[in-house]
Amino acid sequence: MALTVHVDIVSAEEEIFSGQAEMVIAPAMGGEVGVMPRHTPLLAPLKAGEVCIKNGDDTQYFFVSGGILEVQPHVVTVLSDTAIRAKDLDEAQALEAKQRAERAMQDKKSEVDYARAQAELIEAVARLRTIEKLRKKSK
Amino acid sequence: MASGKEIRNQIKSIKNTQKITRAMEMVAASKMRKAQVRMQKARPYAERIRSVVGHLHFAHPEYRHPFMFEREAKRVGFIIVSSDRGLCGGLNTNAFKASVNEMKAWHDRNVEIDVCTIGNKAAGFFRRLRANIVSQTAHLGDEVKIEDLIGSVKVMLDKYVDGELDRLFIVYNSFVNTMTQTPVVEPLLPLTGEEEEETKHHWDYIYEPDAKKVIDELLTRYIETQVYHAVVENLASEQSSRMVAMKSASDNAGNLIDDLTLRYNKARQAAITQEISEIVGGAAAV
Repeated sequence: MALTVHVDIVSAEEEIFSGQAEMVIAPAMGGEVGVMPRHTPLLAPLKAGEVCIKNGDDTQYFFVSGGILEVQPHVVTVLSDTAIRAKDLDEAQALEAKQRAERAMQDKKSEVDYARAQAELIEAVARLRTIEKLRKKSK
Repeated sequence: MASGKEIRNQIKSIKNTQKITRAMEMVAASKMRKAQVRMQKARPYAERIRSVVGHLHFAHPEYRHPFMFEREAKRVGFIIVSSDRGLCGGLNTNAFKASVNEMKAWHDRNVEIDVCTIGNKAAGFFRRLRANIVSQTAHLGDEVKIEDLIGSVKVMLDKYVDGELDRLFIVYNSFVNTMTQTPVVEPLLPLTGEEEEETKHHWDYIYEPDAKKVIDELLTRYIETQVYHAVVENLASEQSSRMVAMKSASDNAGNLIDDLTLRYNKARQAAITQEISEIVGGAAAV
């Protein structure tokens, strides 16, 4: 029987594939890479494309929109992105998040009064506790 | 004593409220199950990326990312995860209390604080506190997408790389079980691995195209995943906390209705007795 390597393809939102393979082909940034069992450790970002898993005559394809490939001699991990990533896109999103905060902060800034905040929170928690007690009593 | 009609109206309005709370309870219960499934689905990725980052610690790359250095804390960042909506018991309040306590501890050491809020409730609370909110995200809905978080997280990570922040924490409600959710404050940055364990053999990855680029990408994703995980977990906590809160609200409404019904019947009987005695009195007079 041919040598096999364990392959995991996962995305942040779910597990896509987990199993054995004789060869994995992945679209790395610098071009496609083929990984066979006992490959040297490798770490490479992926671009959008297909990950191809070969096992005997059986070949499976998985689409990834980018991600990271990690190779260990006996394990191959593909960390697939769910989001479409590009530097300017990330930048734009960061800017948007910042602007949202700025818009919300337009009213004048001043020193944070932690003492007041704590007092307020303690009161809220106490109120919750009282409600809880009342509830228990009424049962 | 309130008249019959008044009590009847009161009962009717409580019954309406009970219908609403019961509906919310059921909605929260079904959403909670979905949120739990989502939490489980996110786990494999989190585990894999953690192990890759762990490997990276044992490998000895020629390039050390700023995330891996520990600096003296002059300014710290907090990412605070909250729900978008209220009516979920003490969930948000508990998380805010934990974060304010932590912030105060830093503040007492003359360390300044930047805040990144996720969810409406945190935004409202920290705005009222006049904390320095540098980025905010809200209205994530029930299906959180990682791309909704990238922007906010990037703001904090950029600040860290630029040396404006020296620590980064995340605050969220960790889901223990349906009845219990505990607020936790977890450090995100700097990344400190267990470095005591001396590596037996020195090895390093082959980096394609180069170490800096690969490690940058990997660590950014790692932090994003952690934040995503926190958000998903907080969502499950929110739904179960809301379910419990709404269940007790429905129960309380039921108790109130029982009390009021008893009073209503008493009032009705009293009225009838009075009428009879009046009639009897009238007949006797004739």
